[in-house]
Amino acid sequence: MTREELDAIGEKELAASQQVKHRLNVCLAAGCMSLQSDAVLASLQKNIKERGLEHECHVKGVGCLGLCKAGPLVAVEPNGVMYQHVTANEANEILEALDAEPLAQLALEPALPFFNRQTKISLENSGVIDPERIEEYIAQGGYAALAQVLNELTPAQVVEQVTRSGLRGRGGAGYPTGLKWSTVVKAQGAQTRESVQKYVICNADEGDPGAFMDRSMLESDPHRILEGMAIAAYAVGANQGYIYVRAEYPLAIKRLKIAIRQAERAGVLGSAIFASPFNFHVELRMGAGAFVCGEETALIASIEGGRGLPRIRPPYPAEYGLWGKPTLINNVETYALVPSIIRNGSEWFANIGTEKSKGTKVFALAGAVQNTGLVEVPMGITLREIIFDIGGGIPDGKKFKAVQTGGPSGGCVPKQFLDKAVDYETLTQLGTIMGSGGMIVMDETSCMVDVARYFMEFCMTESCGKCVPCRVGTVQMYNLLTKITQGEATLDDLALLEELCDLVRNTSLCGLGQAAPNPVLSTLRYFREEYVAHIQDKKCPAGVCKL
Amino acid sequence: MNPQAQVTTLKIDDREISAHADQTILDVAIENGIEIPTLCHLEGLSEVGACRLCLVEIQGTPKLQPACVTRVREGMEVVTHSERLQKYRRFILELFFTERNHICSVCVANGNCELQDMATTLGMDHVHYPYLYPNVPVDASHDLFGLDQNRCILCTRCVRVCAEIEGAHTWDVRGHGIDSRVFTDFNEPWGESVTCTSCGKCVNVCPTGALFKKGKSVGEMSRKIDFLPYLKKMREEMK
Amino acid sequence: MRSEKISPPSEDKRWKIVDTTMRRKGYVPSALIEALHSTQEAFGYLDESALRYISASLRVPPSKVYGVATFYHFFTLRPQGKHTCVVCTGTACYIKGASALLQTLDKNFDIKPGETTSDGEISVLTARCLGSCSLAPAAVFDGHVAGNLEPQTLMEQIARLKE
Repeated sequence: MTREELDAIGEKELAASQQVKHRLNVCLAAGCMSLQSDAVLASLQKNIKERGLEHECHVKGVGCLGLCKAGPLVAVEPNGVMYQHVTANEANEILEALDAEPLAQLALEPALPFFNRQTKISLENSGVIDPERIEEYIAQGGYAALAQVLNELTPAQVVEQVTRSGLRGRGGAGYPTGLKWSTVVKAQGAQTRESVQKYVICNADEGDPGAFMDRSMLESDPHRILEGMAIAAYAVGANQGYIYVRAEYPLAIKRLKIAIRQAERAGVLGSAIFASPFNFHVELRMGAGAFVCGEETALIASIEGGRGLPRIRPPYPAEYGLWGKPTLINNVETYALVPSIIRNGSEWFANIGTEKSKGTKVFALAGAVQNTGLVEVPMGITLREIIFDIGGGIPDGKKFKAVQTGGPSGGCVPKQFLDKAVDYETLTQLGTIMGSGGMIVMDETSCMVDVARYFMEFCMTESCGKCVPCRVGTVQMYNLLTKITQGEATLDDLALLEELCDLVRNTSLCGLGQAAPNPVLSTLRYFREEYVAHIQDKKCPAGVCKL
Repeated sequence: MNPQAQVTTLKIDDREISAHADQTILDVAIENGIEIPTLCHLEGLSEVGACRLCLVEIQGTPKLQPACVTRVREGMEVVTHSERLQKYRRFILELFFTERNHICSVCVANGNCELQDMATTLGMDHVHYPYLYPNVPVDASHDLFGLDQNRCILCTRCVRVCAEIEGAHTWDVRGHGIDSRVFTDFNEPWGESVTCTSCGKCVNVCPTGALFKKGKSVGEMSRKIDFLPYLKKMREEMK
Repeated sequence: MRSEKISPPSEDKRWKIVDTTMRRKGYVPSALIEALHSTQEAFGYLDESALRYISASLRVPPSKVYGVATFYHFFTLRPQGKHTCVVCTGTACYIKGASALLQTLDKNFDIKPGETTSDGEISVLTARCLGSCSLAPAAVFDGHVAGNLEPQTLMEQIARLKE
């Protein structure tokens, strides 16, 4: 593959798509698929054939269109109509309406804030391209960044670009990506740089309950992740990459496998990529249902075939990682942003977002909110804009109570902070974390003690068992929370719970244990009166707990 | 440069100390007669940093660091015995005691138990967390030794000595979280293990009475661990 | 590369799939988790003969194989029922009533997550998050996701499984 050949593929693909009058995109991401969107696609294909419309109307399956609550979704291009809750029986009507007015009963309101308040970078191709065809990715400018990097930039220049963009890790902690890359570049071990084996790993072990950003990206635009990884590998001097993906995501795994095969065949992965001396191979590794494997040292232990136990850092994987070699680990969304940063320049990216949190962030909006689904927004947007403007507010006339971010390592933000900006620092100040992007909205029917207990049950069950504060401390905290929700606790128990939070946070070995008290601490900070009501009045204000 | 040749100076508990750059804080502390409590650490075995008792404060580092794996650095200032550390250590120790059913009065290792000694050292006179009272079994199927899960603290010394020194890897940990248990082979009774050489190393390194020699009654158990550094050195020579 | 050939536990053709997985990885010990995945996919669960076969083929100590197989939630050492019902217990599903679904199953079939009905018909499992949060509460019935479940619709789905 050369740059010219790449451009030719893209142009051919674009020309072919412009020849047809109508393009129908049926969402085949997991949300819509579970509502039989594949049957909708099949029905549309059948009807198009029967009507002999093959030359003027193309239909294809695409990745996530975002508004999962309205699925199955069908987007009609180029006129921009989107149909919701489509069933296979409605294929005929949709085709009838192609040259007429859109079907009023199925069409989503045009210009919904859900769509036009978003800024799409990592999701730009989601719902636009067929994720199982590399040509479509290339037609959208895919692999051009890799070609550019290999032909025009030195590895140091690539790291420089990423550093200047201000990109921070999207897995949760927000570590500066450029800094991480340069640490791997510098890691030489005992040998000279040329002979050091290095690895690049994509962490797709999306374990936070209520988070499905990574899954959606892998299902909707897998090549983007591969391209991001290849650029990273070139920058840090790695020739082998691994994608560690949850076994619970069969569709993502299937599409990744297809993408890797296509990319190898096209010569954008493999040996001598774009006629340069750069080689890069990618292998998939399936997780097996252990939340702790999202922690990078546990993830490495799992790729090596062992129990997913974290080990003490330092040494960090950047110096001593997979098989003891320098290893770069980034999250799916981080890699997904890299090709765009290279294509558009680091300044373009740094202009989006806030001073310390650059670019966009994808959130999985779920829970007590009208528009559940996947959204990508610029950093610095307020929680209110996400939940009320984009999310459409709370359904059934209920009142907003709190929004949970960061999953079991995060916390709940109450309504007085709805106008706070979403960035790494602000969320940390509020007692939660950016996390990987799960955003669960809760209304007045949620009991915050019960929510804290739910997350503690999660941490307890997911504790690997290696260190005692997490292994036993989470059980102790869970038992105390259960006691509170059953109306059997005293204020002394509450004091004991707080003491355990401090102990587990400060003495656990890895991030899972250290962050396990967060949901308790944040609900205690903002909803202490609910704890006290359970203990002193033997009442659950939300009516959830049976006392 | 060979790190052994590099000499580093650091402060431990306000004492100026010089050390080699490849040493851990724990190594240096032991050399200088400064006691840092440990349970999972054992000279001659790899470090896992799991018991968290050796956590120390390092100036300029917000998080507590385990002395057993943290390397010394030039100018490092380490505090090994602050009030906060002592409190955490006592609480951690209490968690160990609540996790299983540690009843010293009926234990073969009574008087010869590192967990018991630790309670004395740290001044743990009572446990203020609720006991979990798990229902865990005793395995007496082996001719010479026994395993009492009630007394196991999951330090994994047995797992490490068997894999790293004996080379049999008979032991490992199954399950995860609070359900973690040491076990042999495919989880059949220890006496039926095909890989066990009955060498007794695991019994000798066990800090409590979880692994014991049969035929001993309360408080009669004694151990020998001096073989470890020697064997480790000899194994390295052979390579 | 190992020298001797390890024979599979039985004549069952499915062992070929497992062996292919291990062979592709050159029988390296680090292929353990993939071998376990492959076995569970072929047989539905991991029995002791499978663990012994993998241990011998990859030259991984028995206790390590067993330790890994029991560490991960995804692996099961017991056979599953004819049908499976996986209830999602992710955050969105939880706050929308996943526990009521589990209680319904317990009440009607006397089974808790991880258990199989005494007639071997249905296994109930839980998932940490299916990523189908928009359909909360959701469950997977023999591979098909159904959302917005209530105790009654859950029982209807189960009845459909048995048909």
